[in-house]
Amino acid sequence: MNPTPTLPETTPTTGAPERADLRPESIDDAVIRLAGNSQDGIQSAGAFLARLAGRSDQEVMTYMTIPATISGGPSIFQVRMGTGEVLSAGDEADFLVAFYQHSYQDHIDFLKEGGVLLYDSDNVEPNLDDRRFVYVGVPITGLTVEALGGTAKDKGKNIFVLGLISKIFQLDVEKLTMLIKEKFAGKDESIVNTAIMAFTAGYAYPVGNVLARRYQFETVAKKPGAPAQITMDGNQALAYGLIAAGVRYGAGYPITPWSSVMEILRRELPKYGGLFVQAEDELAAVSITLGFSYSGYLAVTGSAGPGISLKTEAIGWASMAEIPILIINVQRGGPSTGLPTNVEQSDLFQAIYGGHGDSPRVVLAASTVEDCFYIAIEAARIARKYSTPVFILSDSSLATRIEAFDEPDLANLMIEPHPDLTPRAAGFKPYALDRITQHAPPGTPMADGKYPLITGLEHDEMGHPTGSPKLHMGMTAKRRSKLQKLAAELPLPEIFGDQEGDVLLVGWGSTYGPIHDAAKRARSVGEKIGAIHLRHVHPLPEGLEKIFSKFKRIVVVEMNDQGIYGFGQLATILRARYCEPKIQSVTKTDGLTFRVKEILGHVFEGKTFPGRRGARNGSAGETVTVPIDPTTAAATEHAEAEVSAAADQSGDNTPTKLGSEAAEASAGTNETRPDSAQTEPSASREV
Amino acid sequence: MSDTLTIAEPAAPQREKLTKKAITADHPTWCPGCGDFAVLACYYKVLEKRQSEHEKIVTLAGIGCSSRFPYFVNGHGAHFIHGRAVPLASGISLARPDLHVFLFGGDGDGFSIGGNHLDHGARKNVNLTYVIMDNFVYGLTKKQTSPTSPIGFKSKTDPQGAIDQPVNAMKKLVASGATFVARTHASQVNHMIQMIERAMDHQGFSVIECLSECVEFFPGAFDPANPRKGGSFEVIQEKKYDNTPEDELRHDVTDELAAYKLAQLPFPGVFGVFYQNDRPTKNALEKKWIDSTREKLGQPSDLQLLQKTFDRMK
Repeated sequence: MNPTPTLPETTPTTGAPERADLRPESIDDAVIRLAGNSQDGIQSAGAFLARLAGRSDQEVMTYMTIPATISGGPSIFQVRMGTGEVLSAGDEADFLVAFYQHSYQDHIDFLKEGGVLLYDSDNVEPNLDDRRFVYVGVPITGLTVEALGGTAKDKGKNIFVLGLISKIFQLDVEKLTMLIKEKFAGKDESIVNTAIMAFTAGYAYPVGNVLARRYQFETVAKKPGAPAQITMDGNQALAYGLIAAGVRYGAGYPITPWSSVMEILRRELPKYGGLFVQAEDELAAVSITLGFSYSGYLAVTGSAGPGISLKTEAIGWASMAEIPILIINVQRGGPSTGLPTNVEQSDLFQAIYGGHGDSPRVVLAASTVEDCFYIAIEAARIARKYSTPVFILSDSSLATRIEAFDEPDLANLMIEPHPDLTPRAAGFKPYALDRITQHAPPGTPMADGKYPLITGLEHDEMGHPTGSPKLHMGMTAKRRSKLQKLAAELPLPEIFGDQEGDVLLVGWGSTYGPIHDAAKRARSVGEKIGAIHLRHVHPLPEGLEKIFSKFKRIVVVEMNDQGIYGFGQLATILRARYCEPKIQSVTKTDGLTFRVKEILGHVFEGKTFPGRRGARNGSAGETVTVPIDPTTAAATEHAEAEVSAAADQSGDNTPTKLGSEAAEASAGTNETRPDSAQTEPSASREV
Repeated sequence: MSDTLTIAEPAAPQREKLTKKAITADHPTWCPGCGDFAVLACYYKVLEKRQSEHEKIVTLAGIGCSSRFPYFVNGHGAHFIHGRAVPLASGISLARPDLHVFLFGGDGDGFSIGGNHLDHGARKNVNLTYVIMDNFVYGLTKKQTSPTSPIGFKSKTDPQGAIDQPVNAMKKLVASGATFVARTHASQVNHMIQMIERAMDHQGFSVIECLSECVEFFPGAFDPANPRKGGSFEVIQEKKYDNTPEDELRHDVTDELAAYKLAQLPFPGVFGVFYQNDRPTKNALEKKWIDSTREKLGQPSDLQLLQKTFDRMK
């Protein structure tokens, strides 16, 4: 094997002067969808693109589906890169890479008209009579095997394709090879070399012979002093946000799509002198976490819906005993085992109301990957200040999506925690009624020798059990009033778009991108529309009614069921809270993220809107007909549904619940961790 | 906010003596004659004898009659939910090596609803002391069958007599990996104090099953092991390693199979230490990992560490 493969030339060298039709076309935004099987490492290739975009100060947004099997099964990774603000992963692809016949069949409807299909001609036979697309066939499998020699077989196709894409989009080869080297740093040198060889072979392929077009992203000059871009997925952002927030202890139990948060914390916290415990079950996980919090270190547990159901009794204890705790729910489709690898926002009621008795808790919802980082810090602040359970809601689309965002100012954010063991003065009451109280962790000397007891029984101000009607009323009010005090200090969400008008879109969680994209597109054709996104869903900030009063219709967009009365979960809460009949509800339960045109279709029935780049380069404006009713919408979702159906089936094949959960956990390990900071168990397979 | 506050100053050199009065709180709400009174009295005695720092004693419990225990002790403590006191105590023990973590509960809490946690706390060998006050019946809910009720025991849920095989506490604890397993009787105060002290001195997951009579719902249950009621309290003779022929017959507490044999004896069986070994605790193993990791990294500050991680993601 050649030990030092040569890097491809950064600029294509041609003998003849460049032909006009070969001159790179300048674009500001591209959606690239890679479709193959989960073991092909397409997530890795996609992640390289995402990280490159981040490093080039381009906005980036990704979207992926992961099958619930350990290895195999259809899988996609979609990258949208752009020089402007990229809000959502894109409804349609400009560029589809199909590794197999099924990849082509399932995803060709996702390619926009005039888009490019790049396919592995060793495996795919497209219908060339369909004149809507540009076809570029490359014998990807054969060329990869040829480039790498026999032993690697076709492992490395992903990196070969990365080379091809780099050529077509004039990407920064130097930065990409650096990323590849970083990713495999610490591995056998031959792995790096193999990767570079595959990349070089892809880059050197004379794709110009079959594709008479090349593209170049418009470059934006970086502002001096602008922060660097960080590229990571939502679960990483949550984990590192917790670390910045001074959370050093936690406990959990594996479940998709939460597992990677606990894997990161288990690996990282010891570096900070802390500890994350893998517990025997969800009940133990939350209980160990409460032990950590009681001992003076605010701690975190988390899960997906099924695990949160199991934790609810102990969360009620935290409300009653007034012990702070952070609970992360990376939501997936429910109920029961539901759709382990699909997205849904159906655990809002569970987060707010789950459990018996009146047990107030705070619920925050992260809207983007960047927000996952900051919301963890805010959740920790609230939990410490109000000594109460705080939920952070994320979901499977945020968990696996890679985004680039401005590097946080860690020096100003970082908290180094110390338990507060300063001696408490005489007369210390753990549960004083007249103010917000923090418990005294064990190890704290009590000046008057009277030690506090922390309890889940209704109690008096010293923690002694009581059945007094007056005290139960008083303590219930005290626990509830913490949330009312918090509501008074919460900022009102900013209104995106029109500050008053006909329609206000209201969202929470991962739908931030498509909702804002929808508002943007509707405004571009003259609609008077604004959007707000609620990060604080319980309690709601004070004064929302003032925003609502400025719009004729309030449309709440969320990924859950419309319920028996026709309203999604947040819509139900807002209607109950504001008694406002103009609040309407748009919901969906297909387990897939919202597409922009879906939202527009529901909000503006029967209207048409221009596509994402309607009039690019003077070509005739393409128009997207908005689906009018759910059946039409469902038809356009065909391809996505196929993918998720395949994932469902493979999930059902596992014989026991235990087996299926284990499979999910492994799927998470293999497929959701494409960045270089992770240990890479399948590096040799992917190269 | 806790992150801005500091750790306590070192304790004053002149510390007041820890008296029984100082550690006594509310008057117990147990029924007169309940065996749990004796367990509480022994706990007071041990704390007084050991003169532990008052603020470092933590008394924890789940749910049940016996789990009311922390209310009767004036010290830091928590009354948790049913069956989950072992994981709660594990979190406290793992985060705070400076504390003495004691856990009290009943047979329902330990062997039924919390049975899985008992197994895993034992397997992980978390450093804490757990006294299971076993009365063979659910008392707080007024006489239902418990996981240790003998076959034939008539309760409100088994009016024809219990039919399910009861848990053999000693076998379960040895099998699950507890590193100190002992058995005592609430009527044998000196023996109980001895067992609690040895459990407290043991590094690891130490469990004592204490037969503690429920005079209301299962009176006389443990008379066969109470000499004052005509029974016999047979104490395990442990090896003294004195090279005498008698020593051959004595019990080797590190011999797991011998412990099972003792556990096999018919009720009321024998009392004392069934099993003990020095397997490293989870506390020690985690600390070793933390220390070696931090040493390898050169003891960086939290900020340096996180910044380095973020630099890799640029």
